[in-house]
Amino acid sequence: MPVANAKHAGRQRSGEFFFRTATLSAAILVLGLLGGVALALLIGAWPAFSHFKLGFLTHELWNPVTDEFGALAAIYGTLMTALIAMLLAVPVGFGVAVFLTELCPRGLRRPVGVAIELLAAIPSIIFGIWGLFVLAPILQKYLQPWLIAHIGPLPGIGHLFQGPPFGIGVLSAGLVLAIMVLPFIAAVMRDVFETVPDVLKESGYGLGATTWEVIWQVVVPYSRVGMVGGIMLGLGRALGETMAVTFVIGNAHRVSASLLAPGTTISASIANEFTEAVGTLYTSSLIALGVLLFFITLTVIAAARLMLLRLERRALSAL
Amino acid sequence: MQRSNKGRALAALAAAGAVLLGCSQNSSTEIAGAGATFPYPVYSKWAGTYKQQSGVGLNYQSIGSGAGIKQIKAKTVTFGASDMPLKPADLKEAGLVQFPMIIGGVVPVINVKGVTAGALTLDGPTLAAIYLGDVKKWNDERVQKLNPKLTLPDTAIAPVYRSDGSGTNFLFTDYLSKESPAFKDKIGANASVQWPTGIGAKGNEGVANMTTQTDGAVGYVEYAYAKQNNMPYALMVNRAGSAVAPSAESFQAAASSADWSHADSYYLILTDQDGAGSWPITGASFILVYADPPDPKATAEALKFFAWAYKNGAPMAAELSYVPLPATLTAQVESTWTAQIKSNGAPVWKGE
Repeated sequence: MPVANAKHAGRQRSGEFFFRTATLSAAILVLGLLGGVALALLIGAWPAFSHFKLGFLTHELWNPVTDEFGALAAIYGTLMTALIAMLLAVPVGFGVAVFLTELCPRGLRRPVGVAIELLAAIPSIIFGIWGLFVLAPILQKYLQPWLIAHIGPLPGIGHLFQGPPFGIGVLSAGLVLAIMVLPFIAAVMRDVFETVPDVLKESGYGLGATTWEVIWQVVVPYSRVGMVGGIMLGLGRALGETMAVTFVIGNAHRVSASLLAPGTTISASIANEFTEAVGTLYTSSLIALGVLLFFITLTVIAAARLMLLRLERRALSAL
Repeated sequence: MQRSNKGRALAALAAAGAVLLGCSQNSSTEIAGAGATFPYPVYSKWAGTYKQQSGVGLNYQSIGSGAGIKQIKAKTVTFGASDMPLKPADLKEAGLVQFPMIIGGVVPVINVKGVTAGALTLDGPTLAAIYLGDVKKWNDERVQKLNPKLTLPDTAIAPVYRSDGSGTNFLFTDYLSKESPAFKDKIGANASVQWPTGIGAKGNEGVANMTTQTDGAVGYVEYAYAKQNNMPYALMVNRAGSAVAPSAESFQAAASSADWSHADSYYLILTDQDGAGSWPITGASFILVYADPPDPKATAEALKFFAWAYKNGAPMAAELSYVPLPATLTAQVESTWTAQIKSNGAPVWKGE
């Protein structure tokens, strides 16, 4: 018997060792891939960075014929479209999640929830085609003329809504992105709201709190970390989204004061131009755009992590 | 590195295509060219017929004149095609020979509700003002003055431009620079320029689609694209002051005044020509090959195809509303080939 036990234990140990090695190598593989991608991008982008130096970040000019490239318009477009998308999608996503978890009649909960998840399953190219053929003409005919007429003349923010209504442009791209990231934000927020123990909420109601007070003072503080996670997931998608944006942004390497004007994003420029980029500098400038996107996304994720850490620490010290 | 990979991928694709089509014995003699999208419709039509007759195929990538010039300089293709002629000095420096292949016209296309093809008239200064962003609405008095009988809507003008390096861009901006000093100052003529306003689209096809898609848009495409897609085009007031419609005849009228025999390296731009019937945005499309080709056999095949097209291609070109070159000019070009394109001192092309 002891012999058999020892054998069994040995098998267990070797199994453990095998399992440990397998998971470790999987983890290392991911790190290696990340490092490899970063290295390949940097090598590919080196000619552009060494040729244009810091000017690559501050110039708007993008001319394939004279081989002059600057990333400013693409960086601006990427950040601006993502910002518009988040401004619209976060409040709506929050509302959807609150409604689904706190206010929705039980019978409606599943159908609405499934519908939102289905929205997340639509391929981005479909959003692009829909954006160009359906949304853009509607925006051009109704929303944009209204914005130009009513918000355009206002001081301060008016310049964001001036100029001709083209239908496509930075604002349209932001709108399509908002629709695309909404299901991610709503679904994650709903899931974290559902983890709030009923006891907590019921004690809130027991103290005579209104639904709003329970949501704002019990549910939201309890699920803060998860909410930020959901928002970051959405933001990550908004920053990197390619196809849908390429369709509706207007493909113009320009930084315009107006949100209605056509622009471009990093990923849209790469998708549009890589196939016909000839010459080292052109190709390399596009890869350099890729490096910038990599950097922007990394910064966003790092910032999110940092924010979460702070929130957790504050929550702990509050206890 | 990128380039050679692309070239290899292209070669592999071409080979695969040849095998699939069951003419593998000719895969080595497939002519490889790249460049202008402007003449692409007629080149592909010629290539189809030529392949039936000779078995030699043409692999032409319509990637834009700017890219075509770069491809031939990188020697990934046998010939490059450009609507923007290279200056004689640039040709000499790169060791290239240039000759015209076909003449066509760039046409402003519009998408204005209630305005049909040929109903709207524009002139150079107004078109330049539209692309500069100075004329913003269709009922602007400058547009209205040219079209006293038309009721124009209060719609914003959405200028659509070619975002890639293209000969169509060159012809269009060259014409507008000749017509408008402000345009020449602020934008200038090139295959790719910095547009102060408007929507960018890729290729003639992209501009055609974006114009059709956007209410109030104006764009510019090669005539064959406007014709094939039934796009409403605008008439243009030419240098002589008369409004002309785009057609093979008006392109021909613009080309007839060209003095090819005295043009060094055929460097001749046909925009804004005199003559009451001349279409103002007319241009020739050029072919670029090496004077001392790295692969003389391939270049000989390409020249054979061009000679065939000069001789037999005219009816097909006319069908697509291009203007074929006159016989005197093609004879001149062929003598240029024998005189200038040589390998080890012997002409690459020996006539038919």
